[in-house]
Order: sequence, then C-alpha cells, then structure tokens
Amino acid sequence: MKLYCLSGHPTLPCNVLKFKSTTIMLDCGLDMTSTLNFLPLPLVQSPRLSNLPGWSLKDGNAFLDKELKECSGHVFVDSVPEFCLPETELIDLSTVDVILISNYHCMMALPYITEHTGFTGTVYATEPTVQIGRLLMEELVNFIERVPKAQSASLWKNKDIQRLLPSPLKDAVEVSTWRRCYTMQEVNSALSKIQLVGYSQKIELFGAVQVTPLSSGYALGSSNWIIQSHYEKVSYVSGSSLLTTHPQPMDQASLKNSDVLVLTGLTQIPTANPDGMVGEFCSNLALTVRNGGNVLVPCYPSGVIYDLLECLYQYIDSAGLSNIPFYFISPVANSSLEFSQIFAEWLCHNKQTKVYLPEPPFPHAELIQTNKLKHYPSLHGDFSSDFRQPCVVFTGHPSLRFGDVVHFMELWGKSSLNTVIFTEPDFSYLEALAPYQPLAMKCIYCPIDTRLNFIQVSKLLKEVQPLHVVCPEQYTQPPPAQSHRMDLMIDCQPPAMSYRRAEVLALPFKRRYEKIEIMPELADSLVPMEIKPGISLATVSAVLHTKDNKHVLQPPPRPTQPTGGKKRKRASDDIPDCKVLKPLLSGSIPVEQFVQALEKHGFSDIKVEDTAKGHIVLLQEAETLIQIEEDSTHIICDNDEMLRVRLRDLVLKFLQKF
Amino acid sequence: MPEIRVTPLGAGQDVGRSCILVSIGGKNVMLDCGMHMGFNDDRRFPDFSYITRNGRLTDFLDCVIISHFHLDHCGALPYFSEMVGYDGPIYMTHPTQAICPILLEDYRKIAVDKKGEANFFTSQMIKDCMKKVVAVHLHQTVQVDDELEIKAYYAGHVLGAAMFQIKVGSESVVYTGDYNMTPDRHLGAAWIDKCRPNLLITESTYATTIRDSKRCRERDFLKKVHEAVERGGKVLIPVFALGRAQELCILLETFWERMNLKAPIYFSTGLTEKANHYYKLFITWTNQKIRKTFVQRNMFEFKHIKAFDRAFADNPGPMVVFATPGMLHAGQSLQIFRKWAGNEKNMVIMPGYCVQGTVGHKILSGQRKLEMEGRQVLEVKMQVEYMSFSAHADAKGIMQLVGQAEPESVLLVHGEAKKMEFLKQKIEQEFRVSCYMPANGETVTLPTSPSIPVGISLGLLKREMAQGLLPDAKKPRLLHGTLIMKDSNFRLVSSEQALKELGLAEHQLRFTCRVHLHDPRKEQETAVRVYSHLKSVLKEHCVQHLPDGSVTVESILIQAAAHSEDPGTKVLLVSWTYQDEELGSHLTSLLKKGLPQAAS
Repeated sequence: MKLYCLSGHPTLPCNVLKFKSTTIMLDCGLDMTSTLNFLPLPLVQSPRLSNLPGWSLKDGNAFLDKELKECSGHVFVDSVPEFCLPETELIDLSTVDVILISNYHCMMALPYITEHTGFTGTVYATEPTVQIGRLLMEELVNFIERVPKAQSASLWKNKDIQRLLPSPLKDAVEVSTWRRCYTMQEVNSALSKIQLVGYSQKIELFGAVQVTPLSSGYALGSSNWIIQSHYEKVSYVSGSSLLTTHPQPMDQASLKNSDVLVLTGLTQIPTANPDGMVGEFCSNLALTVRNGGNVLVPCYPSGVIYDLLECLYQYIDSAGLSNIPFYFISPVANSSLEFSQIFAEWLCHNKQTKVYLPEPPFPHAELIQTNKLKHYPSLHGDFSSDFRQPCVVFTGHPSLRFGDVVHFMELWGKSSLNTVIFTEPDFSYLEALAPYQPLAMKCIYCPIDTRLNFIQVSKLLKEVQPLHVVCPEQYTQPPPAQSHRMDLMIDCQPPAMSYRRAEVLALPFKRRYEKIEIMPELADSLVPMEIKPGISLATVSAVLHTKDNKHVLQPPPRPTQPTGGKKRKRASDDIPDCKVLKPLLSGSIPVEQFVQALEKHGFSDIKVEDTAKGHIVLLQEAETLIQIEEDSTHIICDNDEMLRVRLRDLVLKFLQKF
Repeated sequence: MPEIRVTPLGAGQDVGRSCILVSIGGKNVMLDCGMHMGFNDDRRFPDFSYITRNGRLTDFLDCVIISHFHLDHCGALPYFSEMVGYDGPIYMTHPTQAICPILLEDYRKIAVDKKGEANFFTSQMIKDCMKKVVAVHLHQTVQVDDELEIKAYYAGHVLGAAMFQIKVGSESVVYTGDYNMTPDRHLGAAWIDKCRPNLLITESTYATTIRDSKRCRERDFLKKVHEAVERGGKVLIPVFALGRAQELCILLETFWERMNLKAPIYFSTGLTEKANHYYKLFITWTNQKIRKTFVQRNMFEFKHIKAFDRAFADNPGPMVVFATPGMLHAGQSLQIFRKWAGNEKNMVIMPGYCVQGTVGHKILSGQRKLEMEGRQVLEVKMQVEYMSFSAHADAKGIMQLVGQAEPESVLLVHGEAKKMEFLKQKIEQEFRVSCYMPANGETVTLPTSPSIPVGISLGLLKREMAQGLLPDAKKPRLLHGTLIMKDSNFRLVSSEQALKELGLAEHQLRFTCRVHLHDPRKEQETAVRVYSHLKSVLKEHCVQHLPDGSVTVESILIQAAAHSEDPGTKVLLVSWTYQDEELGSHLTSLLKKGLPQAAS
C-alpha cells in the first residue's frame, strides 16, 4: 500500500492511495497562495496600480519591467493570477479510479485533474459539498473572467531569471506548473463526474474496497473518509472540527481501529481561539462603525460567514447597530444564503430542530427579511444606488487579489476611520495587504479557523488509537515562527510518518487475510473437530471461484470415473483439475497401543526394538518394518498393497488430519 | 435452517393500517405502524398483542421503521409506543420526522375534540413517541446493532418517503413502503440499486392499473376544473395536507397563470402555510427541476392560491377549494362536500385512492344517496370525478422496481386481494420468482441458505491462485486448507499454518515399498529403464532421472538395488509420503506389472 503525496499544502491536500487493486485520490486541493505574488485585479481601472513602477535588476537592467511591478518594496507579477496545482507527474493520473472529496475547500483543483489528465473515474462527495463547491468555483471564475487582462507574464518563470528575483518570488515553488483559472465549462464538466453520497453510506469499489464518508463537523457536508477492506482500515481525516458551529458534529467513533490514519487539514492558526476571535471581530466592527468608519470583511461566500452573520444577528441590537447596513457582495451571495437553508439533514441538532418547526435554520433569513442584510451579485447595478455609509461589507476574495474586495480596498484604504477585518485563515494578511501599501485604514486580524488544534488532535488520537499516523511534514515540527512551542506539533506513538510534496510513502501495512464466502452446501459437508477447548478445526477441500474481486468456495465436483481407462479432456472450463490432496497429519503413535492394535488385527510375531529416537516394529512374517518416531512413521514393506493399506489405516487411527 | 418470516398485522390483502413484522437472521423488525381510515373501532390499529402476549414489545422488537408520514403508515405509532409500550429505536427520514408529529396531532384533534373519543393518545404522548425517533439519511447505512443494518432509498410518493433495506449478514429484505416510479411535478422517481434481496415486500395499490400518460391525466383534470369554473360551479378537491396537494397546487397555479384565470383558489387553512414551508426547507427531497431552480423561484410560493375561511364556502360564484382530509371521512372537506353536494353545477374531484367505508369510497362506487350521522340522507347531485393522482407505482412501475432490485422472491401488501392475485401471477411468470400475498395475521416463511463469510489467509489464497501455469483469475481452482473456528471467528488457513498456530508438529507418514523386478542388468541400467518407461507412461507428471541414479516422479523417490540373494532380480524401493498416497500406490502397481522389454 502506497501513498503518493501531490500537494505540499497541509490544509489543501491531494494524495493518492493505492490500496489493494484500487487507486484512490484523497481530495483535490488547490493552493491559491500563489496568487499573492500577483498584482490585484481591479474592477475599475486603478490609477495607483497602473502607475506602479516596473522592477529592474540591481544593475539597472529593466527587461522585466513589463512583467514585474514594485509596490512599497515588494515585487509583484503584473499578470492574470495563477494557481499552484497538485503534482501531476508523480503518478499517471489517468489511472486514478475514484476521487474522494472531504469538503468544498478541498475540491478547487478538481477541473484541472478531471479535465486534463485523462481521468475517467468517478468523484464522490456529499450534496452540500458539491453545491457549495460549485458556488466557490463559480465565484472564482467570475472574479477572474470579468476583468480580462491582456497580459500574461511568463518571462519571470524562466529558472535562470527567477533566481535573480527578490523574495518571495525567488523562492516560489514549481512556478512552471502554475496555471490560470479554469473556465465555467470545465467546472460543469468536472462537477458532472461527481456522484452524491450521504454520511455513513457504504460505497463498494470494484468489490475490493469499501469507502464511507463520515461527518467531520467542519463545514456543511464536510466529511472524513474510511477506506477499508474486510481486514484493513485506513481513515482519512481532513478538515475536522469539534466546535459546535452549524454543521453536524464530527463522527469520531467510526474512526476507531484504523491501521493507518492519514491526518490533514488541522487549524492553520493553532494559537488563536475561534470564540475569542469572533468576540474581537464583533467589538472591532462596532467600534469602527460607531466612529463613522466602514468595515470590510474579505471572505468566502460560504462557511464561517454563516456563523459571523448569526453572531451579528444576536449582537446588532445590543450594540446599537440596527441602522447600519450590512452588505454581502458576491456573484453567488444569493445562492449561498438560500442553499444554507435547505441542508437541514447536514446541520447540527439545534438547527435541525428549527427546521422541524418549520423555520429556516439560519437567522440570516430574518436579517434579509428585515432589510438589515442585503446581498448583491456585484457592486455594479443595484448596489451602487442602495450603497450607504458607514456600512459593513462582506465580500471576496480573501486573497485581496481579485473580486469586489479589491475595489473596496482602493476606496477605503486611504482613511484611518475604516477597518479591514481578516477572518479567513488561508492567506497571510500582511502579504495580502502588501500591494495596497501604504495604507491608512486599520487592519485587524481575527482569523477564525475551527479545524482541530493540536490538543484536540492528541485527544482524538488517544481515543481512536490508530496503529500508524501519517501527516504532512509541517505537523511533525513546531511552526517555523514558534519553534520553541513543542506543543504545536503532533505527538503520538509510534511517531507519525510525515510526507512532503512529490513524495511516495510505503505505508506500514501487512495484509494477511481476505474475505471468502463458504457456500452453504459446502459448509454442511464440513466436519469440525474440537482440537482444544473452544477451538475447532475442519479440513476444507473446495473449489475456489473468483469474480469481481469476490472469492467464493463451492463444494468440489464429485470425482468422475474415468471411462475406458482414458482421461478425456473436458470441454468445460468450470471443472478444475480435480486432484484431491491428502491432508497433513499430526500427533504421535504410542507404540504399545499400536502393537496391541496390530495384534487385534491378526498380526503375529511382532518384535519391538528401541532406537535412539523411537522404536522399530518388526513384522517378521510379513517382512515389514515400521519405524516410529515422535514426528514420523515409516512403513517399509513388500509390494503388497493390501497389507500396506491395512497398516496405513491402522497408523492413521492414531493421527489427526488437517 | 435459517429462514425469513413475514407477518402482516395490517395491509395484508388490504389498504390501510400498514404494519408488517419481519424476522430475519434472528432479528425482529416492524415495518410501519399505521391506522385504518375505514374503521373507528379497535380495528383501526394493528393488533399488537400478536407480537408478544406477555413480554414487553421492546424486548421482542429490535427496531421499528416508518416509511413515510401518511397516517395509514404512522397513525398508530403513539398508541404503539406510549400506550402499548415500546422504548426501542424508531427509524424514519428527516422530513418524515418533521411532518409526522403534525399529522398525528391533527388526527388526534379530529378523533378526540371533534368525535369526542376517550382513551386516545395525547399530545404529550406524540411528543414522547417522537423522542424515540432516530432520523436517517438516504443511502446511509444505519447500524441498529452489530448485526442488523438498515438503509433508506428514495421512494418518491410524498416528501421524505423512503424504501428500506433490512440486512443481517448476507440476508436482506427490502420494504418499499409506498412509492412512485415516475417523477411528477414536485417529486422524483423511486430508485433502488441491484441489491438482490432475499425478499422484496412491495405495495400493490395499483396492481392492475396501467395508467395512461401523466400529461393526459393532467390535461383532463385541468379541463374538468376549467369547465366547472367557467359554468360558475364550485370545485372541491379533497386532499391530504401534504403530498398530492402540493402537486395539484403547482399544476393549478401554472394553469391559472397561463390562462390568466380569475376565479379564486383556496387551500383549507391550518396546515397549508406550514406544509409549504416544509417543502421549501426540504427542497433537496423534491425533483431535480425544482432543486435546480429554487434559488430563482421557489415553486412552493404560490401566487394564486390563498388561505380558505369557512365562510367562503357560501360565497357566490365559482371557486376551487382544496380541503382536507382526502377521503371525505371527516373534517373540513366533508363539511364543504355537504354544503355543495346538492348543486349539479358543482364538482368534487377525488384525486386519490379511497379506503372502504369512507364517504369518498361510497360516492366513487356510484352511491348518490348517503346516510349521514343522525339518519340524515344527503343526495349527491354534484358531479363526481375520480382522477388517479396518488403517487403510487402502477403495475408497470411495480414490475420495473422488481426488475431493478432483482429479489429472490416478492411479497405483496397494501392492495386488494383480487388485484394482487393478478400481479402475483404476472411477477411469477415474468421473473420466475415466487410471489406471496399473505392476509393479515398470516405468516410467510422463506427458508434461506446464507453463505458463511470467513477470513482466508492471503498466503493460502495467493498460493492457490498462483497454481497452474496460466494465472487466469476467472478459472475456478481447487483449494485445500484448514478452517480454524474459535468463538465466532472463522479463519481458513493452509494446513501447515493451522498446525503451526496450534503448536502442533506435523507427523510424517512415509511408505517404502519393495518391488521385485526380474532384471539381470546392473542397478544403474535398471534405473534407466524404469525412468524411460515411466517417462513414456506418465506424461502428465514430472519424471526425472537424478545424477545419483535414482528416479523421481513428482516427489516420489525410486531407487534400484541389487537383490541380496538373487543376482537376476533387482529390488525397486519406491518411497512416498502419505500426501502422495494416490500417486505412490499407482506407481507401485504400475511397476509390479514389470518393465516392457527394451526395444533395442
């Protein structure tokens, strides 16, 4: 069993597991941090961005100044932003049988895999994962396609040139594999390959392996996966949460008894407490608005935003913010808000109970009804006429490189009254802000990452007790910025096996057994005998049929009498070569009793001699010699078949057959 | 001999009071717990004393499964769990769990408040009963205990309706509940995979009907409603609050919009608003078209359909009213019916099946003079129309489902005996499987012969698979091994491994036979002759002549030696182990016949 690691990003994993005869891709994460190296894509032409100076080498050579621009000491690529794809060369991706998706953030690379690698298999995901995943992709495509950029920079990617660039461009990995965003057509084609599954649904793959999604508690429809055969079990844990937010709680019990547990998608901010961050978010928001400033919240169109809106719903009136407009701007804002209300079965118990009343599970329905929250597909159109300040705007993209957020950064960046609050943990906020420097607006960093932290992980591992843990290398050492924090890493016994991008791990697995079915007719013919108390044995001679990776034992065909002394070649392939094997023997022969038995059967003139290892029984009349030792019996006689068979059967009476 | 036993307590050769007991692999499961609309006495609930006379139901039943929220499938549930007493798990889908208590409360109100029945279950009992419910997702495998698992499949019929697979080891039963094999305006079609159950228990409401295309029925319905409204008549459509009601509302709503009609459409109050809310929140259970477009337009927000007030019934002019309940056996629909029945301009459209004993059933069977409470006689002059809109599978649909699931046998419930008979024959003919149709209280016993799963050591499996020159995986092969049974753990291993595991040593049994040959030549030459003889005779075996002069056939050793007394005789020592018994014995008899005279 092998694990091919195609992504180096611990929370956006992409691994391929070879297990029995199947090739299973676990998640399809797309590393979007690469976009931080690019200039933002403004919705309306920004004089500031277009007037940034081109970058030149120390010796004054300015041949890159069309591709690279400088802003406050940082260098950015002036081009359509590109994403860092999972490794495509490590394994032939057309051999992948299935792709298992754990949550909507971990499927963003799907179109690259399903549309461009010869992939012909099936993708499995839950319904909320697919619906919200589609929204995230739609938003991404929309953000990038609506501001067509003529320029596509490629010179800087040349290895010899990249060496000369300043950090972080110099250190960017695999730049030659970076790709532009896919199209909506590719998204639709990719999504059409998905088969919907429900939690605890058992899905058979080729009769060899069974996969099952389990609730992971992190997002609507988010799942961990069990990949198992009858005797081996691999758990794939990706993006799980033990906090009570809106999704169904995590199913931990089903992860027990795993041979291998692959652990990815832990919190990216292990030192921040999500509850505390939400509190800080609310108070900073209120403070800014009270002072007449605007609040910008760069966010994804689904996920934590539901929880933030719920907090604000409870907070607005008590904080005296009833008159402040809240805007949610995204091409998929409406869909996201609507979809969140129809997944009752995937929600936590509290929210389910509300649906039974029947009431919408999320209070943002009421915020919309009372006009406190308004949503728009973009800042063009209705929004521009409704727009009132001060206000709170939720919009994407959290990287600050594309989407409506770029416009608000340009619009509000110059005033210190305004605040931008970062809640999404996927991008370093300092790097996200770099192309907007110098900034007057306040920047608050309240990352809300509900995924497992290291304390929860160690508790989880103690509880589910996997034999082996496999995780990204980042989790086996403290974060680089906090190298003294030995508590910020996975601590388990035996130590976790770690992987990095483009590595192949041989998993410590020894398959010993396989399931086989004994047909009832055969079972009836078996003769069990008790060997030790509680342990019975039966010898089995049967015909093995193997079909669709399933094995069945049927009774052996009755031996057919050879007709005419000649063996005919059988026409049918169904009847195997029927050579009935004799069983193995075990036990020992007590000489005295054996001699008595011989006498009883009419043998006379029996002589017994002792030897170093046993005895020799001589039947002088029959010129026969029987050597008896602890573990062997040797009958030496003339060619008298009758006699030999009589002696054989006498010996067999003392032995057990296997 | 293991067996599966099925006993209907209700819905055996009947429609209503669905309740079927299934025993499988030592587990007892009750499928549905319904009431009968045709009775008002003891017969309205299943006879639970059948299950166990003295013991507690909880000890006897491993679980209860409810297929959907219709009262003939869940109406007896609070009586069963709270009054008779059952504390085990009750499984149903999320929408069923949400809607079921509302219909039960409605039923209770009519029974107690309107009819004044005593000794009926209370609101609190409904609540307590619902606490025992465990909600299941579609396709989720629910482990009831270590051995019993159940799985729900989409059934169409009404919001949240499900078919259930009940499985113990390799034995399984599928219960369809009520289902619909054709998608309609708001629900999708039932679907099941080729799960090959030992038994398929299917409803058979429309066992003999093959319905014309749905489009025709809809057109017919709209035409009739339109004509009645045009001539100024009032149209009454008795429905159950959830289910067909939404289907017909969508139908009328779009028709009104297209034709720009002005006559008011009302929906009897109470459940409507709420019901539509459920449809909005559980939109994932509706059909694909509604699910796809719900963000732009939610089909369950009606523009033309308004809430009904009792006073409206006397308003002049045409109108269309949806009123509950659907079989005209009580409540508002019956009240309106009484008011309008006398006018031939008016019309009542029965969109679904009516159980015997209900007013609906009477007027559909042509009765025009009805005896009402207090010996009043009501003369029915209004037009009575029947349109099959109930979302049950018709004969074609039932056959289709049997084909999909490929069961070993079929059992019919939820239908009329005469019609079942016809369908039973058809199923037996077409699928060559046995088909049963037990009456209530009658038990069907099916012997099963489950195969036994054991673990086979990979070493043994691979060794057997590697045998033979062509590693053709499809060809059956002979396998020899030892089955070790320890508690309930069964493992099949090679005999060598079995010995080793049990700490036993192998006992080797060897035979050496002396075969006397008349041959004056030297031993070596005798050996060569033996070799060439055996080589020519035993073509299928590996015969070798070893450098030390001995001959082997497979693992059997033959040595030639001089006779101590007679130089003209040589002794062949043939030696083999017990495992080669057959070949060894064969060889000695072969050699006994002597060697052919050398051709040279």
